[in-house]
Amino acid sequence: MKSSLYVFLFAMWILILLGGGIMVTILGPFSIQQFGNFSWIIASGIKVIIAFVLVVIWILIL
Amino acid sequence: MIELILPAIVSCIIAFFVVFVLTPPLIKFLENRNFTVKDMNKKENVMIARPGGISIIAGIIASEIVLYAFLQLNEILAIIITTSAAFLIGYVDDRKVMGGWFKPVALAVAAIPIIAFGTFDSDLTFPIFGAVQIPALYLALIIFMIPITGNTINSIDVLNGVASGFMVIASFSLSICLFIVQNYEIAIISLPLGFVSLAFYKFHKLPSKIFPGDSGALTLGAMYGAIAIVGNVEIIAAVALLPAVINSFLFLSSVKRIVEHREITGKPVEHTDDFKLKATDDKTAPVTLVRLILAGGPLSEKQVGFAIFKLAIFSGILAIVTAFLMRVSL
Repeated sequence: MKSSLYVFLFAMWILILLGGGIMVTILGPFSIQQFGNFSWIIASGIKVIIAFVLVVIWILIL
Repeated sequence: MIELILPAIVSCIIAFFVVFVLTPPLIKFLENRNFTVKDMNKKENVMIARPGGISIIAGIIASEIVLYAFLQLNEILAIIITTSAAFLIGYVDDRKVMGGWFKPVALAVAAIPIIAFGTFDSDLTFPIFGAVQIPALYLALIIFMIPITGNTINSIDVLNGVASGFMVIASFSLSICLFIVQNYEIAIISLPLGFVSLAFYKFHKLPSKIFPGDSGALTLGAMYGAIAIVGNVEIIAAVALLPAVINSFLFLSSVKRIVEHREITGKPVEHTDDFKLKATDDKTAPVTLVRLILAGGPLSEKQVGFAIFKLAIFSGILAIVTAFLMRVSL
């Protein structure tokens, strides 16, 4: 069991790196223009929801 | 860089010796006032002084004030205020049993000085892929980060010496990472956390003479979280803390609600006749890191502690690899 815990930690680390990749390459450039001053808030809100879903997936995999 | 050497040495010496000198009289003071709790993992009826958070916060405040005298950075003030607030929250919980939501909500409030001083960078930096700008999301991250790191260290404080020993490994790993990413000032600011933990470990290690209590565990965890934010090394910090984070998430995902440990009825671990620790078959008990470690068979408290330390060292190495990967970009 103890050795599998190391594999578990390593897998979590890989998932964190991959999650970072998704955040930077997909979520990072995402922006909305058509709502004027509220655009960045709406874009941030969408990013929050997607990031939250990613964390929930991370916990479920855990 | 050279001008940082003297503040670093002085603050580390102060951090270590304030805790080292203050803890023995604190133990006597707490024992005389009957501020003791039973060590549940001992066969005999052993009573241990608590909370040791008082000497921990004294060491942190003294060393960080000295650093502020040298460096005069708002980051130091933000860390001192957030960490002191976490200590007070933990101290209230040490003295009076509070509900499960008290600590997360109060610790979220404790994170406000970091925002008020503006000592954060809203870019979240990932290894290999670079940074992502998340201004609104980042404020939420700050509010969540302090309760998570605080409660994470608190939830791993289940065996003699584990919380302080784990913090020694995690905080020194984080300091090394800060040096690798060339954030030298925050690296120096982070060093006292490791030295405070090391000095406290001397009295907390098996057999414990003092327990940190919620005040000690939340202080260590909140300072770690604050350093991660002001140093812009949130991901590295999460990796170094991974065994404790997994412990918290395993607990949360098995219990499915935010709850105090004392409210849990199912026992994850029990004792064998020779007082080794053994995982139970209780389906209602939470899944924890200690329970997973014990899934292979009964172990002594010392063996479980060292198994956790080895996992912490493994995570620390992963964090250092992550720090090097920060300098690589696709």
